[in-house]
Amino acid sequence: MLVDSPREKHTDAAPLRRGRRALRGVGLLAAVGVLALVAVVSLAVGAKPLSVEQVWHGLFQNSGSYGDVVVGERLWRTLLGLLAGAALGLSGAVLQALTRNPLADPGLLGINTGAAAAVVTGLTFFGADSLTGYVWFAFAGAAAVGVLVYVLGGSRGATPVRLALAGTAVNAALYGYLQAVMITDDAALGKMRFWTVGSLASANSTTIGQVLPFLAVGTVLALGLARPLNAVAMGDDTARALGAHLTRTRALSMLAATLLCGAATAACGPIAFVGLTVPHAVRSFTGPDLRWILPYATALAPVVLLGSDVIGRMVARPAELQVGVVTAVIGGPVFIYLVRWRRMAQP
Amino acid sequence: MRASRSRWVRSGRLSVRFDVRALGVVLLLALAALAASVLLVGTGDFAIPVPDVLRTLAGGGDAGQEFVVRELRLPRVLVGLLVGGALGLGGALFQAVSRNPLGSPDVLGLGQGSTAGALVVIVLFSGSAAEVALGALAGGLLTGLVIYLLAWKRGVHGYRLVLVGIGVAAVATAVNGYLLTEADLVDAARAVVWMTGSLGGSDWDQVWPLLGLCAVLVPLALAHARPLRMLEMGDDIASALGVRVERTRLLLMLAAVLLTAAATAAAGPVGFVALTAPQLARRLTRSPGPNLLPALVMGAALLVTADWLSQRAFGADQLPVGVVTGVLGGVYLLWLLVAERRAGRI
Repeated sequence: MLVDSPREKHTDAAPLRRGRRALRGVGLLAAVGVLALVAVVSLAVGAKPLSVEQVWHGLFQNSGSYGDVVVGERLWRTLLGLLAGAALGLSGAVLQALTRNPLADPGLLGINTGAAAAVVTGLTFFGADSLTGYVWFAFAGAAAVGVLVYVLGGSRGATPVRLALAGTAVNAALYGYLQAVMITDDAALGKMRFWTVGSLASANSTTIGQVLPFLAVGTVLALGLARPLNAVAMGDDTARALGAHLTRTRALSMLAATLLCGAATAACGPIAFVGLTVPHAVRSFTGPDLRWILPYATALAPVVLLGSDVIGRMVARPAELQVGVVTAVIGGPVFIYLVRWRRMAQP
Repeated sequence: MRASRSRWVRSGRLSVRFDVRALGVVLLLALAALAASVLLVGTGDFAIPVPDVLRTLAGGGDAGQEFVVRELRLPRVLVGLLVGGALGLGGALFQAVSRNPLGSPDVLGLGQGSTAGALVVIVLFSGSAAEVALGALAGGLLTGLVIYLLAWKRGVHGYRLVLVGIGVAAVATAVNGYLLTEADLVDAARAVVWMTGSLGGSDWDQVWPLLGLCAVLVPLALAHARPLRMLEMGDDIASALGVRVERTRLLLMLAAVLLTAAATAAAGPVGFVALTAPQLARRLTRSPGPNLLPALVMGAALLVTADWLSQRAFGADQLPVGVVTGVLGGVYLLWLLVAERRAGRI
């Protein structure tokens, strides 16, 4: 096998590789198509169902009719679903590559709890009580915990295990604080219990405007990290031998993941499982190459998030189930399926 | 396991082997638990000095102290000791069966399952404390069953158990969050206190069932310490050494689920005791194996001390004990992180 002539190998492998790449490219296009479809469904479905023509009318010939107003209301929600979903999928994929742990997600690194602790602090001690007020607290909390976990995890010498352990520890301490504040302050509890389930219902242009810059920077950063993270996946020694900057890659990955996940959590509250399951599902058909995983996760995670939101609006009409509840109730069984039947259960 | 630390006691044909250091640790921890219990009995809105507590416990206090100690404080302390012990032992069993230091009931979703049961009773039926406890018990047992069945695939593999548990925990967390949003604010406040884990309002009615259950399950678990130690070497070696692997595992998991569910029903899902007690005990005894008895005593000492701390630091019954165990758990994990790093293990 080792003495195969390079030329022969080249002629064999190249068309195959090209074919696979074309297939993946077409698949990515298809994923974007599905995303567009789900977005239209998200505009049409709700307490007042609309036809596709009505949605079209509301989007492009808005004349202020009842249907158009409904489309306008749903537009922000759908947009936030698209942005937050993409951010969660992308940050999940980056964190899984960074920690070399297929189970890493923003929750594991304490980012969700950090955001929640900051929001409850804002509610109780600084009188922030509107969604636009929460956003900065949530984002600051997520970012602070991201940095803290990175430093506690050993900054330059951070290993996957250390990061996970640091995340769990910070999570634990902040959770105690969160419970303590909610017990002593009924008003905070009244608001927090709605924030912590994660919902797209209160989306508006202000919130999206607040988080959009962070999402944009985070997305560019994360997509640009595909190549160095591919090297990191081979283990520290190999990565170093391949010329990757381990410290820089880790720091930038942590930054990208924190920006993305912090902004998404700030805008809609903690949402479980999207960041965990989507990169997994994607990996099963793209293979381990992050240059494909990252774009696919970016396109498919919003499909899951928006799809869950649509389901949440349909099952309890005219009321609705929060999207965070739906993603966990759907994502949990999918996760268990992956554990049982996809041979993920190997350490 | 150095041979020099073990001692034997022989009497005729019977012999018992014990680890001197582990025995010392158990005795010291038991003393610490008792000391914290005495302090806890004396702490509260009606403070009682330690000598008076001791006198009253021995039956010689005045009527007021007698009432406070016998009817109010003693049941609380006993529930604390029993819950802590049950959580410590349950955690040690789970960690040994799953062969994973993170395989504690909090991570595996038993706490969240119990919470779901309790929240259903609180939110949908506005049930009494006893009904909430029953709901929690049912929720915990059902979750244990679901996790076992879902993780079963020609035997229960430790890693799969943990992962399935994480999945179940997340679903239960979402259901709990949803139930909280459906509750009115009074019920929600009650639910959050319950969810944090609290010893407030414990009475003798909670002591007896817990005590009965522990009286059956603790000896059962301790009697299986030996096969459990062999299970930690891996299924193949254990069955070669004559352990009936699946049967032992099922039995011990059942015991652990019962202990945890009963403890949670009595005090709510007090966080991190089940996770940290076995680890701390193992570090103190420096002995391999499941360290069941040290973990039990450690859990009891931890919970009573945490309750005393929360009463001292925040005033009587201001904050439930779960807040303190949560923060302590975080600090412990950070310490673990630093220590393991210094030792170059991670």
